[in-house]
Amino acid sequence: MRIVRKHHRVLVQGITGKQGTFWTERMQAYGTRIVGGVNPKKAGSEHCGVPVYASAREAMSADGGFDASILFIPPLGVKEAAMDAIEADAKGICILTEHIPVQDVMYIMAAAKERGTQITGPNTAGSVTVGECFLGFMPAFNERIFKRGSVGVMSRSGSLGTLMCQNIVSAGFGQSAFVGIGGDPVIGTTTRDALEALDHFEGTDAVVIVGEIGGTMEEEAAAYAAGMHKPVFAFIAGGAAPVGKKMGHAGAIVMGDKGTYRSKRTALEQAGVMVLDTPSHVGDALKGALAK
Amino acid sequence: MNFEEYAAKPLLGAGGITVPEGVVVNSPEAAAVAAEKLGKVVVKAQVPVGKRGKAGGIQLADTPALAAHHARNILGMTIGGLTVGQVLVEQQSDIKHEFYAAVLNDPVSKGPVVMFSTEGGMDIEDIAIATPERLHRAEVDIRRGFNREQAVKLVGALDLDGANSKVADVLSKLYDVYRENDAELLEINPLIITSKGHVVALDCKFVMDDSAVKRHPELAARGTPEVLSGLEAKGDANAVKYIELDGDIAVLANGAGLTMTTMDVVRHYGGKPANFCEIGGEAYTKGKVALEMVLEKPGVKSLVVNFCGAFARCDVMMEGLLSAWEELKPELPVFFSIAGTGDMEAIRLLKERLDMDPYPDMDAASKAAVDAARRAGAGS
Repeated sequence: MRIVRKHHRVLVQGITGKQGTFWTERMQAYGTRIVGGVNPKKAGSEHCGVPVYASAREAMSADGGFDASILFIPPLGVKEAAMDAIEADAKGICILTEHIPVQDVMYIMAAAKERGTQITGPNTAGSVTVGECFLGFMPAFNERIFKRGSVGVMSRSGSLGTLMCQNIVSAGFGQSAFVGIGGDPVIGTTTRDALEALDHFEGTDAVVIVGEIGGTMEEEAAAYAAGMHKPVFAFIAGGAAPVGKKMGHAGAIVMGDKGTYRSKRTALEQAGVMVLDTPSHVGDALKGALAK
Repeated sequence: MNFEEYAAKPLLGAGGITVPEGVVVNSPEAAAVAAEKLGKVVVKAQVPVGKRGKAGGIQLADTPALAAHHARNILGMTIGGLTVGQVLVEQQSDIKHEFYAAVLNDPVSKGPVVMFSTEGGMDIEDIAIATPERLHRAEVDIRRGFNREQAVKLVGALDLDGANSKVADVLSKLYDVYRENDAELLEINPLIITSKGHVVALDCKFVMDDSAVKRHPELAARGTPEVLSGLEAKGDANAVKYIELDGDIAVLANGAGLTMTTMDVVRHYGGKPANFCEIGGEAYTKGKVALEMVLEKPGVKSLVVNFCGAFARCDVMMEGLLSAWEELKPELPVFFSIAGTGDMEAIRLLKERLDMDPYPDMDAASKAAVDAARRAGAGS
């Protein structure tokens, strides 16, 4: 459920808001199977052509239920909305919201772990299963950025992940799937989880990791990459960032010698991952690895 | 958000953890008055950084005159780049043992972790390196909390000079204070045992999760505001993330990852970025104020603009930037790279209004900006 497919039934919590409406329409147009939305105040009505429920639990008990939920909910409302989806036994939840209190996020993570719900995010731009469906606010429909191919991409940053995807397409390749994992310090799907999901995703011949400074996720992912049989490439943002400053993302901060560019680059290189100096180098790297 | 010791300790007190009696003052005279009342005191610089003792910012004073003397020396001192404006005058404690206790957010276990060490008084990083076997940790299920029994399990088997039960009590209370105040870190270092067997929190470090500040407006008012440069404060007031750096190539991009990467690429081609400035997410309509800020920094020689639209639309960002451009009429050379949602419209706007074309990618745009800065430097 870390990679959503076109047969998956998707619920949109916060469907009636401005962003919820705008992106629900785009997800529907691309092929995402939206089966309903949630807004307790508008329960019983219809929005974007699907029924609006009072809660995720109500949506689950409706005909067919749902597999995954995506949240267009402001920061202080996320805990309640996510707990609703977890208690409804959603298989996956995608949380786009930035600036959720971390203790709320940890509460969600503990409950999700117990119920077996996989969380993606918070603070992610979403994910794209290229040519099938997408979740979140990704420019999936822009053919200069997303084109069906065999490269799996994962990113902590939406904008940088998008740029990497565009570089892949302009080099003549395409993607199998893109997984945005989010820029927060505590997130549900880690770099390692996303790498593993892409490794097992059908039609994926190479994986590109877009990481950034802060935390130890890239180092943990390196341990998995060392055992992979597919070529893995990585770009790590923030090599030029000063120590001790949060670089826009709450998770992108170097403290002392922890979370540094050097530590991540070394760990990945020791695992056999080719680390790119700039995102533009991805084309040449793929040409070298995937040329038959 | 950081809190200084004097602002953090009352939270421990309210949570039932013993702290020394003390007052925060900002003059030597007031320090003497406080010492009259408290007896033998310790005078402690109030800045939210570590190593205050090593810098001479913590001094013992057995008389009011000596308290005034130390306060005079410490006030105005610079510690870790910060000027000391206040000192905490606190009753001296007689220290038999020094321990370390903390609760923090752990990204790996995705929950709170309670930490305890019998090696108090030194930095936790040093404890972790010097005596890792003496650093004890418990992962907590945040839905259930950290009760006394769990705390006893963590410290019950340690030699704490008979204070195990009292220490366990403090750890459980510390966890509750962490939880109630949305801390990302709540640390007592040292947690001491006195010769009479009392357990006292001699110091306290509290960092509130920035995303939870809205939930605690009254408490947040007592926090220490981040030290911002004039431009950074302007960014803060306009909800645009701006960080001032020491280079001469201005950077304007959307999204944290892309902005950091633009800085990296500028450096890769031998240039030095002048700033981090991003207008992604909800701030993507703020092209105008962002341009004003990046141009305002003295000594910038060129500008690279790197937009890659996802949620943020390139055309909206470009519209804001162009209207600021027409108003400010800057003369420095600018280099664009544009991709993603709204890119075609943004490229059209750029052609119409500035008669310019973007570079094919961010590498080309960044390299051109580096070359232009070099030429400007050679000419000046």
